[in-house]
Amino acid sequence: METREVIASGNDLVAMAAVDAGCRFFGGYPITPSSEIMHTISDLLPKVGGVAIQMEDEIGGVAAAVGAAMSGVRALTATSGPGMSLKAENLGLAQMAEVPVVVVDVMRGGPSTGLPTRVSQGDVRQARNPSHGDYRSITLCAGNLEECYTEVVRAFNLADRFMQPVIVLTDETIGHMHGKAVIPTADEVQKGIVPRKTFDGPPEEYLPYGVGPDEPAVLNPMFKGYRYHFTGLHHDAKGFPTEEIETCRKLIQRLEDKVMKHTDELEKNEEFMLDDFNGEEGEILIIAYGSVSLAAKEAIRTLRKEGRKAGLFRPITLWPSPAKRIRHWTDMVKNVLVVELNIRQYTEEVERVSGRLDLEGLYKVNGRAISPYEIVEKVKEVF
Amino acid sequence: MAQKKIKNLKSFSTSADRFEGANLLCPGCAHSIIVREVLNATNDDLVISAATGCLEVCTAVYPYTSWDASWIHIGFENAATAVAGAEAMYKALKRKGRLLQPKRTPKFVAFGGDGASYDIGFQWISGTFERGHDIMYITLDNEVYANTGGQSSGSTPLGASTTTSPAGRVSYGKKRHKKDMLAIMAAHGSPYVAQVAPNKWKDMIKKIQKGFEVEGPVYINAMSACTTEWRFPAQDTIAISDLAVDSLVFPLYEIVDGTKLNITYRPKKVIPVREYLAAQGRFKHLFKPENEHIIEEWQRRVDAQWEYLQRREEAGV
Repeated sequence: METREVIASGNDLVAMAAVDAGCRFFGGYPITPSSEIMHTISDLLPKVGGVAIQMEDEIGGVAAAVGAAMSGVRALTATSGPGMSLKAENLGLAQMAEVPVVVVDVMRGGPSTGLPTRVSQGDVRQARNPSHGDYRSITLCAGNLEECYTEVVRAFNLADRFMQPVIVLTDETIGHMHGKAVIPTADEVQKGIVPRKTFDGPPEEYLPYGVGPDEPAVLNPMFKGYRYHFTGLHHDAKGFPTEEIETCRKLIQRLEDKVMKHTDELEKNEEFMLDDFNGEEGEILIIAYGSVSLAAKEAIRTLRKEGRKAGLFRPITLWPSPAKRIRHWTDMVKNVLVVELNIRQYTEEVERVSGRLDLEGLYKVNGRAISPYEIVEKVKEVF
Repeated sequence: MAQKKIKNLKSFSTSADRFEGANLLCPGCAHSIIVREVLNATNDDLVISAATGCLEVCTAVYPYTSWDASWIHIGFENAATAVAGAEAMYKALKRKGRLLQPKRTPKFVAFGGDGASYDIGFQWISGTFERGHDIMYITLDNEVYANTGGQSSGSTPLGASTTTSPAGRVSYGKKRHKKDMLAIMAAHGSPYVAQVAPNKWKDMIKKIQKGFEVEGPVYINAMSACTTEWRFPAQDTIAISDLAVDSLVFPLYEIVDGTKLNITYRPKKVIPVREYLAAQGRFKHLFKPENEHIIEEWQRRVDAQWEYLQRREEAGV
């Protein structure tokens, strides 16, 4: 793959990735620490014929993006935790009506206004179920500058494949981190774009939601002669509201199955220094994601130098969780440490899928990053 | 009713402060001047809510506070609703005879920036005014999202360069005019709405006291010159404010019961809008030859607005 080197911040890379991935609409609202995404994309989009609109609030930002995505273009909104709380209703609508919109959440301390200028991973649990009702969130988590680019590109492709919102979590540390990143060229990104499915038959036969039991809706772009009804209510194959028992059941079951029967297409993990694990005593499995994984890797290098066999399992797709792979490693290794910038938000998922209740955890919720040293100390203390 | 008697600037400046000068606002920020004047306009108890914004983040950093009053910090959009809730509860307790000091007459005041008022909190202000709570909502109008990096707001005026309406080769900055919040709030049937500026402090105190006297929701739009985002030297806040009111960019007037408009300040000598624009970095690009038409548009608009205000005043509507 052809690559290029750029010097940019995480937030800038998000904006660049969106434009390179074919995003042509941005709707947003100022919020620290994600505002730079809006600043940069409002420079970039007009140059490629796209539109960036600052809306009157967070709800307007996501709603405009949903509207644009409905019309057929790739659309983005970016925010931080308080904005996610406000956007929740529209994310539920986009789940129900199957609108592929990408949402980037640059996490800061919460709940509420919290710590606007400081880092956190407190939105991990929220990203799983931002809105009420049954549906499956697809949530990716960038762990370094490169991934601010590549995961946003992947998010757009997944959104069009699964026809639903895709959330990309970054955080204040990575969003404001400035440095060199080796990223694919724009040409490479464009080669990898799989366009949204469309229906090419006669308009009178078009059934946007009349798809197989584990398939996403086929929403044709607007203004092309294909008419359908669009609603947040339970709806039939044409999109019209209905209370018919079987239709309602099938719809919600399909929203579940279109994701959960295809998790292999979503799963993405990094396994760092796990190659030589063989399940013997003394091995230390660290589970971390996002910016925390940078500190975890450094800690592992230090531990290795000291003769402790440590390795990292890092989920990049957080939701749905890589259950099988987590089980594989937690079954093999006795000592497991989960490191998060929240209190047990992903640990609980690891507990659920591994069935183990003896996991050690290192958590921090004071707006400061976790240092490699702290991880090393924790490992020495508990294992 | 415990209104302060304020005769001159000296007596005003030596009256006890309910808002301390010690805070983290930028040097030269007009917010603190306005808030201090508002709080010092009454001796009554105050219940204050502040939307997220410059004022909130800079005046209550643990373990310090600038407020000698009850103070609620709430989300970006809900300063109006929080104070409405407090006011409604106060009324209920009063009705039931459960107030410890029933003779006292607390004032309920909400502060929000223009982002919190013109944009994200607009719906909640509207609801509060429709329900008729006995509160005062004050917009600290610095025409920009100053707390989050200088983005454009619904109050940002034509041609201003902000981080989301940057001026450059292609654009002359913000493409639209600011919302007329006073007209909108007057249309809610508010008993009293007014525009104030910190440099005309007597006018301001009078309006705030009038607002405290009337029953029902009162709206005050306070011009708050922002040294950081308007880009002028920190010591020029009052000079810039003078330019704003004397060029009639920010006319001082009030509307009583939604139907009676009074102009409260007429400049002895009206200065050209150009001078107001020239004093600020955010309008610097307008002085390039290709953007001259924006300055002309500005002047036309300010003239038309002034003419309209005078017509309304004359007609008593």
